Amino acid sequence: MTLTVLYAILFYVAAIVFIGGVARKIYIYAKTPAPLKIPTTPAPITKPGVAWRIIKEITVFESLFKSNKWIWIFGWLFHFGLLLVLLRHLRYFIEPTWFWIDLIQPFGKYASIAMVVGLLGLWARRFLVDRIRYISSPSDHLMLLLLISIGVTGMLMTFFIPINIVALKGFIMGLMTFDFKPLPASPILMIHLALIIVLMVIFPISKLLHAPGLFFAPTRNQRDNPREQRHVQGWSAEGQQ
Amino acid sequence: MAKDTVTAPKYREFREIPVIVEGAMAESKPYAAKPAHQESVGFPGELVDNWQNVAVKKLGELVSESRALQVFLDTCVKCGACTDKCHYYIGTQDPNNMPVARQDLLRKVYRRHYTFAGKYFPKLVGALDFTEEVRDLWYSYFHQCSQCRRCSVFCPYGIDTAEISMAGREVLDSIGVGQKYCNEILGKVHKIGNNLGLPEPALVDTLEGLEEDLEEDTGHKIRVPVDEKGAEVLLITPSADFFAEPHIDGLMGYAKVFHQAGISWTLSSYASEAANFSMFIGSHENLKKAAMRIREAAIELGVKRIVVGECGHAWRVAYSFWNTLIGPFDFLDKKYPSPSHICEVTYDLLQKGAIKLDPEANDHRIITFHDSCNVSRASRMGDMPGGQFIIPRALLKAAANNFYDMAPETIHENTFCCGGGGGLLTDELMDLRVKGALPRMEALAEVVEKYDVNTLVAICAICKTQFAKVLPYYQFPMDMITSLHQVVGDAIILGENH
Ligand code: HEM
Ligand code: SF4
Ligand code: SF4
Repeated sequence: MTLTVLYAILFYVAAIVFIGGVARKIYIYAKTPAPLKIPTTPAPITKPGVAWRIIKEITVFESLFKSNKWIWIFGWLFHFGLLLVLLRHLRYFIEPTWFWIDLIQPFGKYASIAMVVGLLGLWARRFLVDRIRYISSPSDHLMLLLLISIGVTGMLMTFFIPINIVALKGFIMGLMTFDFKPLPASPILMIHLALIIVLMVIFPISKLLHAPGLFFAPTRNQRDNPREQRHVQGWSAEGQQ
Repeated sequence: MAKDTVTAPKYREFREIPVIVEGAMAESKPYAAKPAHQESVGFPGELVDNWQNVAVKKLGELVSESRALQVFLDTCVKCGACTDKCHYYIGTQDPNNMPVARQDLLRKVYRRHYTFAGKYFPKLVGALDFTEEVRDLWYSYFHQCSQCRRCSVFCPYGIDTAEISMAGREVLDSIGVGQKYCNEILGKVHKIGNNLGLPEPALVDTLEGLEEDLEEDTGHKIRVPVDEKGAEVLLITPSADFFAEPHIDGLMGYAKVFHQAGISWTLSSYASEAANFSMFIGSHENLKKAAMRIREAAIELGVKRIVVGECGHAWRVAYSFWNTLIGPFDFLDKKYPSPSHICEVTYDLLQKGAIKLDPEANDHRIITFHDSCNVSRASRMGDMPGGQFIIPRALLKAAANNFYDMAPETIHENTFCCGGGGGLLTDELMDLRVKGALPRMEALAEVVEKYDVNTLVAICAICKTQFAKVLPYYQFPMDMITSLHQVVGDAIILGENH
């Protein structure tokens, strides 16, 4: 019972920090002016062109693909795995589950393997490649350790030590509807959830901000039209009529 | 550094990524600006009291004024994709010349003072106070970045280290630690109107000499006019075009094109400089002030169009920033994009048949083209993305029969910097400049070997000067470097159509 209360409180705190923190950052990014036109050219001239450029960056990591095939493979495995795993987790939050969430359940199960393999590959590079070793700080290692631990504890429950999923869903739905239900007793689940809470809390104060940040990079989201349309913002708008 | 102490690094046989050598370039530093240079561009003459706090405060201001900085400082995941993309890393092996490491010099200080993680867990995230040691690292390594933006092409988030090194230099300037080369030159632009400090009478004299040379060479009375009111075109060109080799042959090429097309044009003695080094030091006050001379000159002379000569960063400033800084250009002719690049003008005339080129005139040349960073990755020509690659090549192919591109991973948006951009074109940085040219020289060596290329064409004043200096270190003749409009000028058929 005390554990249920503790986790409930922690989840509320983590959700507030996560949502509030990321929203605050997005607000700062959106509000900070971009006084000059600095798209990395050749850049799209139209708005749909820019949207397409960003879609390619978030779906297939286009620039990274040009840049480094190893990082791309591991990075893409990890993120694509993560995406499927997250989608699979929606079943804990939605009742009745949408049909496509049921549909992806088996894929989501194996996606966790892709995710952990990707993470291990990225981590190996931090030791093996002298350049990447040089730029890694302790937080970069810990971030990978954290995600791997989340993945591995999750996989343990999926493949080896099943937990009471119905009860877990009850707990989570209870959190969302303020109709509290007990958390099923399982040490692995406790660890898994605790690590997720840590991840949520550090999200807005760490490099995980790359996810929202990508949408705000002027080098990627600006149109190449400075001659056609006069651009002024921030200091460059000062003293203009 | 004297020439004999500088040697070029060896070509890499398989273009392998070099291993890191810590501290390899720690001693590389440009000369410090004197108090007079600093003050001429509005910065304190010497190191201010309390410089740590002033610097940290300035950094915070810069970040709050720039979405690029705000986002770039947060989003880097240290994936390492950019680590082998910088020509200075490839040439020097110094890990601080890896783009992400260069950014981190600034990011560490930003984190320490402006982020939760850096304030409370500095060791964990590698945050640092702005100590004297860090200040020296900044001075050294922000002056080993030519702001070429190659890293930004390859970073999954488009992080542009050029923006970071501009900000770093501005913070240093604001505490009185400026770089002599940029600030001295910029002071001259504010005072006299060009980088050389060439006053009006000397300019007029030089241009008269050019007209005589042109008449002697061609038998035609080709003008190089200055301060002529009512001309159609105001040409803004880097002042190196007035005296340096091979730049001056480019200027004569522009003159031939205008002459043959029957376009009246003029230079301005008040705005006799396309270069705007303010961009290199990240100072927008200076950027605007230097650019404003051009608006004033255009209005004063009553021209219809502004055309920009061959210069990389100047074209970035003109193309990307002028409309913002000194626009709107409602006083110019709406028929033409403002500003236009001289290559766009020549290309347009060629398309219309207003000029004709005889490629056989260049049969002694086997040509390759160096894409300049700022033209490639920070601007455009023509009306479609990538026009900046297509138009210069189309001109070269129309003006000459032998053209070969260098390897695809070293041209277009992947181009390697000449090694001398971003305010580093100064003799005391020769070691850095020679090493930074390595990847470009490797690609050049390949086409020299395969196709007997004997002419390296560029459309940037800095690239031209840099190549003239570094080519000999790599056993190439220094006069291999040629202005694009020299090739055009040699091929143009003069006289017939007007
Ligand atoms: C819009 C969504 C996202 C995009 C486009 C994106 C893209 C990327 C890219 C391109 C990289 C660099 C390559 C790599 O190292 O994998 C990266 C790294 C990374 N991403 Fe994401 N990401 C997104 C969301 C997330 C989320 C939600 C998380 C975690 C909860 C995450 C965690 C990471 C981590 C930890 C790294 C660094 C890996 C390393 O240490 O090498 N990303 N991301
Ligand atoms: S490529 Fe971009 S995200 Fe990756 S280390 Fe370099 S700057 Fe950071
Ligand atoms: S902008 Fe160019 S010189 Fe500067 S770090 Fe990036 S690649 Fe290197």
